[in-house]
Amino acid sequence: MYNNQKSTAKTTSREVILSARNVEKRFGAVQALKEVNFDIHRGLVTTLFGENGAGKSTLMKILSGVIPQTAGDIVLEGKNVCFSSPSDAEALGITIIHQELSLAPNLNVRDNIFMGRELTKVSGSVDYSEEARQAELLMKELDEPIHPLTPVEDLRVGQQQIVEIARALSKKSRILIMDEPTSALSASEVETLFKVVRDLKSKGVSIVYISHHLEEALQITDHAVVLRDGVMTAYAPRCEIDLQWIVRHMVGESFDLGSPPEGYEQGDIALSIQHLCVSDDNVADRYVVDDLSLDVRAGEIVCIYGLMGAGRTELLECVAGRVRQSEGKILLQSQEVSHYNIAQRIERGLVLVPEDRQRDGLVATMTVGRNLSLASINAFTRKGLTSSSLEEGMVASAINKVHIKTDGGEAEIGSLSGGNQQKVVIGKMLATNPDVFMLDEPSRGIDIGAKAEVFKLLSEGAREGLAVVFTTSEVSECLSIPHRVVVMSKGRISAEFGPGVSKEEIMAASGESVAA
Amino acid sequence: MSHYNNGSQGKKGGIDIIKILLEGRAFFALIAIIIVFSILSPVYFSTGNFLTMSSHVAVFGLLGIGMLFVILTGGIDLSVGSTLALCGVFAGMLLEGVEIEALNLAFFPSVWVVVVLTCLLGGLVGSINGVLVAYFKVPAFVATLGMLYVARGAALLLTDGLTFNRLSGDPALGNTGFEWLGFNKLLGIPVGVLILFFVAIVCMLALSRTPFGRWIYSTGGNARAAELSGVPVNRVKLSVYIISGVCAALAGIVLASQLTSAGPTAGTTYELTAIAAVVIGGASLMGGRGSVRNTLLGAFVIGFLADGLVIIGVSAYWQMVFTGSVIVFAVMLNNIQYSAKNKSSKKLEKKQIDSKDKNSEATAA
Repeated sequence: MYNNQKSTAKTTSREVILSARNVEKRFGAVQALKEVNFDIHRGLVTTLFGENGAGKSTLMKILSGVIPQTAGDIVLEGKNVCFSSPSDAEALGITIIHQELSLAPNLNVRDNIFMGRELTKVSGSVDYSEEARQAELLMKELDEPIHPLTPVEDLRVGQQQIVEIARALSKKSRILIMDEPTSALSASEVETLFKVVRDLKSKGVSIVYISHHLEEALQITDHAVVLRDGVMTAYAPRCEIDLQWIVRHMVGESFDLGSPPEGYEQGDIALSIQHLCVSDDNVADRYVVDDLSLDVRAGEIVCIYGLMGAGRTELLECVAGRVRQSEGKILLQSQEVSHYNIAQRIERGLVLVPEDRQRDGLVATMTVGRNLSLASINAFTRKGLTSSSLEEGMVASAINKVHIKTDGGEAEIGSLSGGNQQKVVIGKMLATNPDVFMLDEPSRGIDIGAKAEVFKLLSEGAREGLAVVFTTSEVSECLSIPHRVVVMSKGRISAEFGPGVSKEEIMAASGESVAA
Repeated sequence: MSHYNNGSQGKKGGIDIIKILLEGRAFFALIAIIIVFSILSPVYFSTGNFLTMSSHVAVFGLLGIGMLFVILTGGIDLSVGSTLALCGVFAGMLLEGVEIEALNLAFFPSVWVVVVLTCLLGGLVGSINGVLVAYFKVPAFVATLGMLYVARGAALLLTDGLTFNRLSGDPALGNTGFEWLGFNKLLGIPVGVLILFFVAIVCMLALSRTPFGRWIYSTGGNARAAELSGVPVNRVKLSVYIISGVCAALAGIVLASQLTSAGPTAGTTYELTAIAAVVIGGASLMGGRGSVRNTLLGAFVIGFLADGLVIIGVSAYWQMVFTGSVIVFAVMLNNIQYSAKNKSSKKLEKKQIDSKDKNSEATAA
């Protein structure tokens, strides 16, 4: 394809290959993206920054043809393009590599690279030797000598990522979109990946990159696009930006998430986790929670910070009773609860609000009211029958207590926004009158206003004697309401801080590289 | 039926009529069937015929209600037709008398004992299905497909392939009255139909007014979320298969008494009719949606359609074509209804937009 030299690049000499012009996306009444404008330059890395729910993934999906934009244009080399499917985008050289890799683990590297586009001989049979030759060539090009016949399931995640890249290259991709490629990689694998990325740049491939590790992304990015609540708040070349600049544009005016509730005495130890070990399902002799001990008092708010894979979710799921520990004790009000199932633990006041509300929190086929009352059915059951008047009263008070914006208990759960859905899950578990309230990433995918409301609820709960444990991957949340910040890394507690801690200390303890 | 707020788009009157038609489709289909056949045949619209047709429906209705419980949890029970036959011949065997050779004794249980024992057998068959599905994590389709063969084989083994015909008992032995279940009427209504309505009312109450009913809907809607909310998901799954087995046993008893014979090949393919009744009643095969009332309507649609076709003299081959078309049409309507409702919510969308990407909702909060 020939390009017309209508390059609008002002900040760099490189030509523009792909531009977004006033791109908007609506989901029903919800505006997910508003007037997004930026350019992708040939052979450079453009990074999208933004908090969870800022619209990064939506934007990527529009660029790669997974979903169509509601308004605005995608301009590829000066021509308006319109993708109706990812294969349309791929035909024009745009490939997306999702965070969850789309390789078939049972097939080998060669078959994965050519999956769906097998090379055939004249006879119609697959030309395995030619495929293997090309696959080997590609792997050599990427400087990763993986034999084409190695089954993908035998490869480390980092290597699998490179196989994905090889597949994209084999499709002659000129624009590679990578969604959080480093989130599951070790430090050395990240190094390898970045080497490959630099290599690709020198070959003229453009990269669009999303990462939550700001420092890491800054190492390789050439342009930064920052999104906040679906709006592009900044777009600038590398030479004009630094970490503070990104954070400022990501978070916007600093929003007060509150401070630790004060003015009351904390109670006795409500939850005591002692030498807890949870073994890894996938790898033998490895623990996702490794000899971890933690006490939480009634009225105390403890925040567990850690990177993905630090073991936070596994810890909470084990304490809630979904996963069995291999060693250690869980004491609730100094009573061992390890042998109880989830229902019995809820009855005794130990509840969990799960991380993924769609998968683990909500029953999509039931109304808002039924979701709210699901965990405390016994409270409105008389003589074996549920009482609808008692239930309605309970639902109404729950809606009121956690401030859910809804037409009432009869509304479909899907009609609520993410923040309100999260409040439904929180309200459901609060309705059981717990003593220990655990929340796994309660702020995930909800906007800052809803986040503040959730944190306010937690503070109020703590004031009334609730022991609160929540996890987060956003440092700013550690500095809000918790009385104590616990940093987890590789299944262990790597540090504990009081409220006065700085962001840098927390990040350093989590194993995040704070390289400038 | 529950109220569906159709999300954000303000829909106007005309579409609401379509919505009512969609949601009450099983009911309207039944009305349409009655009107059409009443026009086509003078004998169709009479109390006598309705009662006859209803006693045919009783068998499918009982199977359908049991199937509904399983389908509500997102499972399926393919074994009910075979369970029906196994329980039928078991009842027949008991009524003809059990001889214990070692003691040189013959044992003739009375009818109510036979009914209780047969229901227990049905429950036992169901519990095997349930244990396989809930605890051994065998896919429901496979576990109950296996049971379809095993139960049919057991029925054949039990009878050596023969049929029990002497079900009427002997006054001297005190085990008469079995055919009463199939032939007699109370207040002018066949006993089989009364059994169906009794079971239906109990099940309706169980689903709508007990914690167990709530557990079933939540297990089918999202088992992971239900479990984390303290619902004993595995016990719920086990229970629904037992209920389905007991319903199949009841259907077997009703069928055997209606036919005054219990054969090992009875009820072949009835599981499919039962699934069809549930589906025509608007239940989702994914679980979480459906009701006893609509399942009954579904069973009546199938029964009244089949009998109507017989009455107006349509060949059995054409009956199959019609029934099949109705089923597919019903599922198609289900999809239209659920996809309209899911527009604002999950499942479909979730496949396209990964769970991380909740920005759409986030901005609306």
